[in-house]
Amino acid sequence: MLVIDSVSKTFNPGTVNEKKALDNVSLTLEDGDFATIVGSNGAGKSTLFHAVTGNFFVDDGRIVLDGEDITYCKEHMRSKAIGHLFQDPLKGTAPHMTIEENMALAYLRASTKKHAYFSRISGNEKKKFREQLALLDMGLENRMKQPVGLLSGGQRQALTLLMATMVTPRLLLLDEHTAALDPATADKVLALTEKIIAERKITCLMVTHNMHQALSLGNRTLMMDGGRIVFHVSGEERKKLTIEDLLEQFKARAGKRLDNDRILLSK
Amino acid sequence: MSTIFTLSILRSALELGCIYALVALALFLSFRILNIADLSTDGCFTLGCAVGAMVTLSGHPVLAFFAAMGAGICSGFVTAFLQTRMGVPSILAGIIVNTGLYTVNIAVMDFSSNVNLFACDTIFSLAKEKLSYGWYADWYKLLIILAIVIITGVLLSLFLNTRLGLSIRATGDNEYMVRASSINPLFMITVGLCAANALTALSGTLLGQYQKSCDINLGTGMVTIALASLIIGETLVRKGGIPRKIVGVILGSCLYRFIVALALRMNVPAEALKLVSAIIVAIAIAFPYLKEKSTFYRQRGIHRRICRKEESANVSH
Repeated sequence: MLVIDSVSKTFNPGTVNEKKALDNVSLTLEDGDFATIVGSNGAGKSTLFHAVTGNFFVDDGRIVLDGEDITYCKEHMRSKAIGHLFQDPLKGTAPHMTIEENMALAYLRASTKKHAYFSRISGNEKKKFREQLALLDMGLENRMKQPVGLLSGGQRQALTLLMATMVTPRLLLLDEHTAALDPATADKVLALTEKIIAERKITCLMVTHNMHQALSLGNRTLMMDGGRIVFHVSGEERKKLTIEDLLEQFKARAGKRLDNDRILLSK
Repeated sequence: MSTIFTLSILRSALELGCIYALVALALFLSFRILNIADLSTDGCFTLGCAVGAMVTLSGHPVLAFFAAMGAGICSGFVTAFLQTRMGVPSILAGIIVNTGLYTVNIAVMDFSSNVNLFACDTIFSLAKEKLSYGWYADWYKLLIILAIVIITGVLLSLFLNTRLGLSIRATGDNEYMVRASSINPLFMITVGLCAANALTALSGTLLGQYQKSCDINLGTGMVTIALASLIIGETLVRKGGIPRKIVGVILGSCLYRFIVALALRMNVPAEALKLVSAIIVAIAIAFPYLKEKSTFYRQRGIHRRICRKEESANVSH
């Protein structure tokens, strides 16, 4: 369970560039919740993610994951429990290292033993990595010794997804992780995402600019504007909602039209 | 070739090449793998030589290596501490430590600017007693140096494939990924720089015992020389796994020494050696780029010739 309790963050306070990126945001995600977030440009979606991952510390408020207060927990400590996928497929993997080595790094999360520092990738682990790669159906299981830099963006993002969920995270953050991929690959990665989340009941937050996805994926939809969550819908009410309704709601609550220049209204 | 290179010149080039290969390996670790330009290398090399020389003087030539590596680790730790915990930019951290090390080195050498080891045992003189018979009588120095370099290379290659080594490599390769995957990049930078500086100091001690002296200015320009070796090595092997790259770095260092030996044979005065080094480095770094350019111009030339032919063919029709 993730509890974000009245979190605020102002960048460059006291200067002309002052920007209130998060304004008293509160959000509770129950175990197994899968919420999608849509919002205008600069609404604070990515900032919210970065606050949760610990990229910066918030000015005010608390962030609690599974009962543990992580507000001032360091980023690499949080990432033991939080999986994070970026929009840029190049950010999630180390290009000069092989597929196998990348997966071994992701698997580090599982080991809590200190003496594991000097251990090498075992045959058993290699077999396990190979089996998991085979599930992607991209032929990557036969390219384990190749550097990741040779893979396409879609393949890299699929690999990143696999790595982020190799050890089931307590929270998965997806920051428009299919936006930079071509439509066919994006569909594939998205289907894979849905499958993994459903199978393991991972608690998940996903930023998207695709209004169709915002309503069809997961069980909750959030809309953000000006650093605040302006609209929140779930359950039966959400099922009845159309994209037009969603835009209407946004206009009513935020006092303006949704101005995201990349927004996709169609499927 | 035999008139330019005598066997003894070849041998001493190989010996020096292998000694300096350790610094090149250190730079491989800090500059290539961690992506940090560690400018404390010059000072650290002298530190290794100074500490090693003093311990050797006191009658412990083998212990000298471990003492020097210990000193190197301390120096690397300070550099890493400045950049990871004090917010000093990495290049500045190296320069600061390098400056400070000058005083430290002088102090280690009992406030004199050089120390000589002619009167005491070194690992080479110890080995000479045992290895001075048979065909290898002239080669015993090279054998020892080669053994040390090979052991270091194998250990480094094994280390870089452990989980710790993988984490260090990822830290230099993709910062975002590391932060998102429970690795503490600050710790990895610290470990990496400590290991790199231990190698640099090891090289310093080895050189000190090899030439039986230590001088305060010994390390000047070491970064440039090591960088040249590293880049020549990379040009030699291009792609491949870590073991292959390590072999490349060692070969690069030897090749660099051959080039220097060649320059000396062509009566380049010893004072001009630093300039020769700088020119070699510049050429080595520019070489891959120039090669790419030349391919471009060659292809464009071919393309234009074909176009011209087609044009003239069209006109004649």
